[in-house]
Amino acid sequence: MKTAQQNNGTPTPKEDSGVDVSYLDMDMLRFTTAGSVDDGKSTLIGRLLYDSKSIFEDQWDALESTTKNRGEEKVNLALLTDGLRAEREQGITIDVAYRYFATPKRKFIIADTPGHEQYTRNMVTGASTADLAIILIDARKGVLTQSRRHAFLSSLLQIPHLVVAVNKMDLVDYSEDRFSEIINDFKEFSENLDVDDITFIPISALKGDNIVNSSNNMSWYKGATLLHHLENVKVGSRKNPHDFRFPVQYVIRPDQDYRGFAGRVVSGNIRVGEKVSVLPSGEQSRIRSIETVDGSAEIARTGESVVLEVENEIDISRGDMIVRENNVPNCKSTFEATVSWMNKEPLQAGRPYVVMHTSRTTQALVKEVRYRINVDSLHREETAELQLNEIGRVVVETAHPLFFDAYKLNNDTGSFILVDPDTHVTVGAGMIRSTSTSALKDDPSSRNIVWEPWNIDREVREQRNGHEARIIWFTGVSGAGKTTIARALERELWERGLRTMLLDGDQVRHGLNSDLGFEPSDRKENIRRVGEVARLFYEHGNIVLCSFVSPYREDRRVVREMFPSDRYLEVCVLCDPEILQERDPKGLYLKAKQGTLKSLTGFDAGHEAPTENDAIFIDTGNTEVEQAVVTILDKLNLK
Amino acid sequence: MEEKKHQRIEIQRNSHLKMIEEEAIFVMREVAAQFERPVLLFSGGKDSIVMVHLAQKAFRPGNIPFPLMHIDTGHNFEETITFRDELVKRTGTRLIVGSVQVSIDKGRVREEVGPEASRNALQTVVLLDTLKVHNVDCALGGGRRDEEKARAKERFFSHRDIFGQWDPKNQRPELWGIFNGRKNQGEHFRVFPLSNWTEMDVWQYIAAEQIPIPSIYYSHRRRVFNRRGTWLNDSEFITRYPDEVTEEKIVRFRTIGDATCTGAVLSHASTLEEIIAEVAAARVTERGNRHDDKRSEAAMEDRKKLGYF
Repeated sequence: MKTAQQNNGTPTPKEDSGVDVSYLDMDMLRFTTAGSVDDGKSTLIGRLLYDSKSIFEDQWDALESTTKNRGEEKVNLALLTDGLRAEREQGITIDVAYRYFATPKRKFIIADTPGHEQYTRNMVTGASTADLAIILIDARKGVLTQSRRHAFLSSLLQIPHLVVAVNKMDLVDYSEDRFSEIINDFKEFSENLDVDDITFIPISALKGDNIVNSSNNMSWYKGATLLHHLENVKVGSRKNPHDFRFPVQYVIRPDQDYRGFAGRVVSGNIRVGEKVSVLPSGEQSRIRSIETVDGSAEIARTGESVVLEVENEIDISRGDMIVRENNVPNCKSTFEATVSWMNKEPLQAGRPYVVMHTSRTTQALVKEVRYRINVDSLHREETAELQLNEIGRVVVETAHPLFFDAYKLNNDTGSFILVDPDTHVTVGAGMIRSTSTSALKDDPSSRNIVWEPWNIDREVREQRNGHEARIIWFTGVSGAGKTTIARALERELWERGLRTMLLDGDQVRHGLNSDLGFEPSDRKENIRRVGEVARLFYEHGNIVLCSFVSPYREDRRVVREMFPSDRYLEVCVLCDPEILQERDPKGLYLKAKQGTLKSLTGFDAGHEAPTENDAIFIDTGNTEVEQAVVTILDKLNLK
Repeated sequence: MEEKKHQRIEIQRNSHLKMIEEEAIFVMREVAAQFERPVLLFSGGKDSIVMVHLAQKAFRPGNIPFPLMHIDTGHNFEETITFRDELVKRTGTRLIVGSVQVSIDKGRVREEVGPEASRNALQTVVLLDTLKVHNVDCALGGGRRDEEKARAKERFFSHRDIFGQWDPKNQRPELWGIFNGRKNQGEHFRVFPLSNWTEMDVWQYIAAEQIPIPSIYYSHRRRVFNRRGTWLNDSEFITRYPDEVTEEKIVRFRTIGDATCTGAVLSHASTLEEIIAEVAAARVTERGNRHDDKRSEAAMEDRKKLGYF
């Protein structure tokens, strides 16, 4: 047998075949790799394939001859993964490529995604099925913008495990200090992300340090090698084992007596004899039989492709969903989602798309683009459309209801794609956030690192209270009459037996926010804290009335986005400046005139009126308090 | 055909084989649901035999809801055709045959000549013609991503334009388990349920499921000659170079394609266990013996763009 030649320190395939890969009880791990152009990603994959003996002699020979033809000295492991001709010519990776290797313990599927800025869509694609993501960082360069972007996308797609592989340690003298520095930098950033498990490993893909074998050059590192970690990390965490969801894929009807519903148990499990509901009809039945691919069974488990028979004659077809009677998903035609846009034509509100979700396909309309998430800074940016490779929050309305759970709870029933109705091309990938729960709750770009669910859900509290929780935000200059109206409104709601809470500026400024002044940055912090307090009362099921000058639109927007749009009402209270100065209930305008009070909103500092369509305006110069209360109650439309 | 005996191996519930089996079956059902006139491309090779086996499992207790389609180069191993006809009978499916010989006779394609002649390129034309004649909107294939570099980027649902062409730089992103088979009139899809399988997986699955395969996959005595390191069948269809001498060797085939370009390997593996052991120790990819891939570094990519399997 011919052996590839030793070539400038690049190892050759080993001759012995000591590893027996024919194990039948090995499981499978899907992982994705992301890195910038020169982080050595292809080299790392080449190394993994190579050291696990997944490179064959003819591939090796082809590699050697290509290297020679290009006039390069060292066999370039990266050539193994750069499959398409265009990529070999340009020396870059332009599409997701899948690689396979196996050790006696596990079979591995690598989704190799390019790290260029313009290829966010590829990273999202690769991440959508991965159990683990390897983020490569060049030890010399440290945590770059791209590293942060990869981490953010991994958390957005809810990849359960993250490995930060600090590569090229050989070029920083295998320095422990450098490694620690990078860990600290990364952690500072990743605290803001929704990632449970991060492992840091110092490696050299080129030299083979800590890939398969522990490195002698880094005796200070006591952790697992990369391959050892990949072999032992828990798999299957993407699946939700609790909530039984069975999207009907296909109806099997060999004869008059048998009518089976084929599909995959995307989450949970079900047994013969259990009661089920069929969506959208809501009709109920029991499971008569379960046919797995290996024959009849008593139970159908998560991930299995099965055929279910139900006892009653119910009209069930593709796109319907069979669930447990007392554990049903959301069944709605409007929802909020984070969308990764994948097409040159931007996503535009109001344009029709086709949505594909589980086995269901229906027309959809993007009602609203709420904001774009800057994937580098994680800041929210106002926008009317999403461009290629941008990620943003949108509100989607569908022609027929979808049966879904939040993506965070159930990847399979929480994900969808958008398809262009003319070209049929897949243009966007969406992750459903929620219908009615606080948007912040499952947003990785939020400040909350790990969100423990409330012990008692707001929905349950609302049921007991008999009404929805709401936020009514009064904004306007000092003395315009915000608090007067808010107090009258709260009294009215209280009389009706509803749960309410009123927060106003003076209260919080004496206690919670006594450390804040009236500079723009302090005003911003003031409003942020008030928003958080309001949210606590909201989650408690209250109708929360907030009366704050809150002069800056941007600050109010931060609060606005903490709540579902149908639960938040902004009321702008206006008044003619002359009447204001005349009223001056707290003597503030007088102080401002005398110069003892600086930047009083309404006097020498501006108030930015709301521009959002759903805000209402009340001019207290010509509206009585009672009339204002009626107007707001009308708009509230309490349920 | 000699029945090969081997030990039955149980597939564990959370094992990789179970996962890729469930995935392949999900994809096949998706094809039956999303397309009107799908076919399963059948070559007689082990991958397409596994495909038929999976299709049976996917639609049980019903029958396979689509026909098999064989693009016949006319240069076959006899065992393949016998096996094909038995399989069709056993599974109760319908068989559509697209014949390269017929297309040559009709002048649709012109035969290559000389020692390196192959009907591989002609197959593409016949395949596309046959798909068109039968108005096929989706062709299921047994292609795997581990076979070749260009295939590593192939989607499960691979879109083909009205000319049957693949545009590798403009593929639809494929996320989660959502497969987009929407298309315009005249376009079609190639769907590859075995995308995530490796050669080893296929063999292990055949062993575990006790799937019958043609005898030429097992070692046997055969008259062969050596061309650039590959053992080719002593066949009337191949023009020889003067120095090529026929010898008798113990060989088996790792893939079965057109008899003129599929090379045998020297092997004594006569059971599935021995084959699996051999695959585990193999140092050459299975396509390493396919002369058609070796024409240039990007040979496969070029053929795929034109509509090859």
